[in-house]
Amino acid sequence: MVLKVFFPSCCATAESGLLIGRWIPEQNSAVVLAVVHFPFIPGQVKQYLSEVQRVTQVNMCVLGSWSNSKQEKEEVLDKFLEDLSTIFSHEPWIQLSKEGDSKFWSCCIFQKYPSSPKEHEFILVYYDQRKVMLSQLHPTDSLTTSADHKGNDASELGAVFDTVAKSKVLFMTDRYDDGPIKLTHWQSEGVEASIIVELMKQASVPVCVLLTFLLSLVSSVCKSRVLKFWPLSFIWSKLSTCEQLGHRLEHLQIISSNRKAQNQTQLMRKANIFVSLLIDVALGILLMSWLYRENRIGQLADTLIPVADHIAKELQDLLQWLMGVPAGLKMNRALDQVLGRFFLYHIHLWISYIHLMSPFIEMILWYVGLSACLGLTVALSILSDIIALLTFHIYCFYVYGARLYCLKIYGLSSLWRLFRGKKWNVLRQRVDSCSYDLDQLFIGTLLFTILLFLLPTTALYYLVFTLLRLLVVVVQGLIHLLVDLIDSLPLYSVILRLCRSYRLAASVKFRVLEQKPGKPLRLLMQINPLSYGSVVQTYRLTSYACYPKDSWSSLCKKLFVGELIYPWKHKEEKQD
Amino acid sequence: MEEGMYRAVSGGRIALQRRQYSASCREFSVRCPRLQLRSLSAATCSVWLAAYGLFVLSQNSMVLSAAIFITLIGLIVYLHFVKIDQESLLVIGSLGIQMTSSYASGKENTTFIEMSQVKDVVINEAIYMQKVIYYLCILLQDPREPHGVSEVVPLFQSSKPRLDCLVEVYRSCQEILEQRKTSDFTRTLN
Repeated sequence: MVLKVFFPSCCATAESGLLIGRWIPEQNSAVVLAVVHFPFIPGQVKQYLSEVQRVTQVNMCVLGSWSNSKQEKEEVLDKFLEDLSTIFSHEPWIQLSKEGDSKFWSCCIFQKYPSSPKEHEFILVYYDQRKVMLSQLHPTDSLTTSADHKGNDASELGAVFDTVAKSKVLFMTDRYDDGPIKLTHWQSEGVEASIIVELMKQASVPVCVLLTFLLSLVSSVCKSRVLKFWPLSFIWSKLSTCEQLGHRLEHLQIISSNRKAQNQTQLMRKANIFVSLLIDVALGILLMSWLYRENRIGQLADTLIPVADHIAKELQDLLQWLMGVPAGLKMNRALDQVLGRFFLYHIHLWISYIHLMSPFIEMILWYVGLSACLGLTVALSILSDIIALLTFHIYCFYVYGARLYCLKIYGLSSLWRLFRGKKWNVLRQRVDSCSYDLDQLFIGTLLFTILLFLLPTTALYYLVFTLLRLLVVVVQGLIHLLVDLIDSLPLYSVILRLCRSYRLAASVKFRVLEQKPGKPLRLLMQINPLSYGSVVQTYRLTSYACYPKDSWSSLCKKLFVGELIYPWKHKEEKQD
Repeated sequence: MEEGMYRAVSGGRIALQRRQYSASCREFSVRCPRLQLRSLSAATCSVWLAAYGLFVLSQNSMVLSAAIFITLIGLIVYLHFVKIDQESLLVIGSLGIQMTSSYASGKENTTFIEMSQVKDVVINEAIYMQKVIYYLCILLQDPREPHGVSEVVPLFQSSKPRLDCLVEVYRSCQEILEQRKTSDFTRTLN
């Protein structure tokens, strides 16, 4: 039978005494949490243990005895330690002893009713108590689904980590306390705490209350009926800035809520949101300080109108090219001129509106730039919105071209069916054969021919404007991707993994220490931290990213048929 | 501690070291062939010849410094992320199985699998192109469903020892796993 004893490395130099901890019978292992020193009164020890057990829900008991003798073996102490086993009945009673400065300890057990006549083999596993207490084990997915309170029979290491983590109350008494029990554990030299952390904890309560109040005011204003009228609500839903502000508001609400985090995941989530907000605001203020220096806003406003003019001029050149002989293709002159003039007139209107607004641009930009102090993500969303507004005419042209092309394609397909003597049955949603009259066939063929020969012209206009629209969509998509990256990257977890890697444990690793034949096997248990990839994956904040909702094939099909495409549809993510 | 010389699947020489720490704890380390000086010099010479050829064509001395940087960084990346020096397997009956790969730069990558998740250690055969190669692997089970294999974890993937070496390791591992079965049996009896 193999018996495993998990011994804290801080207790290796402790004076003789009793071992207290938890015995896990399913795995034949004992987790030692502390050493109780002489002199003690057994009744008081039992009472203390039952109190601690009640508070921590850990099944703590006296596991055995520990003797650290500086000289040779003392017979009297041995007998005394054996007698203790009758007072604190625990099956099996573990006796660990260390002689002098020897690294090799001896371990034996004392059983009243020996269960098996065979020799017991001992494995002594040393662990760093403080690191194991602070660490959180991230097992692979198959084990996370088991309930945490069921004793973790599925994972032995989980049980060990759980035991040490829950016994924080035991580690609060240090050796300077005047209690009846003297313990040795990792904090027995004195409880350490940081005054800054304590002050911040005290200060955070009123700050949270204030923040919650302000946020409730802001959200009540946002939800007021005034802003929900149809044109306004349509605009708010289209602007990505409003969405981003909404997300940040939600995040602030999560941080400033008064409830303490129930478990580690929630705590990490709150910390990640807090750090992400902080970095966002810091970057935003940096951007603002760069923008407002040396009158860059003025320069930006001055270049905006010429850029818009330049785009319009390029579009006009493009349309002139299309109205001529584009790429050597021969267009239908009449249709070409009609479409070309139609689009040129639109551009002319657009230019006039831009020129009307030009005196106010600088002032608008100045005030809008102030909102960068809310965060870099907000500034990027505003940039994306400005791009959308400036290229609105491209979007309009795309819609016109697409609708025209779509109508043409549907007309062509319907008349093609007529050509072959078939008809679309709307009731049955399938193609049926149909006999047409001669004049129906004649008109149908005529229309078909007209539409077919006008197809290249329309198709070319559609192609050109679709490409332009796709370009704008790709640029907007990149900006949104950057915003999403800043939003969802768990920076706190990554920094924790960098600086305090033992807090995020993937598993453990064992190192075999020097052995001596005849003595128990000595192993050192160290924490194996999570890799950066799994840290980011586990602690990612919910992303509101707009992923392409169509696969490539459906996108191509839609482009071919002429349906309007909105590739970056916002996913409605559920909060976890 | 015992050491034996074997061959890898590719033909290179590898060394297997076996250590027994206690009745239920054994370690097997396979040492891969070291980085050869001639392959290193061949790679460096070819990169520098190509860079010199480009320099002669373009007369831009940045090409030469770029080649030096590429060689240095490539070597560092290779030693730290690609070249595995030693792979070892530590079997502790009743605790678990630990696999460690040490890279040439000193980095160590460790994975530990608990004994409750280990179903068995077997030698599998695989057909790769025109060869049939044998590899040792650990069959994992879900502790709640002991009758299915949830995952197969291959061992010694970089050193790829041949069947004779694998059989040695397999026999030793099975001795330890047998002990686990008997101890489980006695525990259910009591």
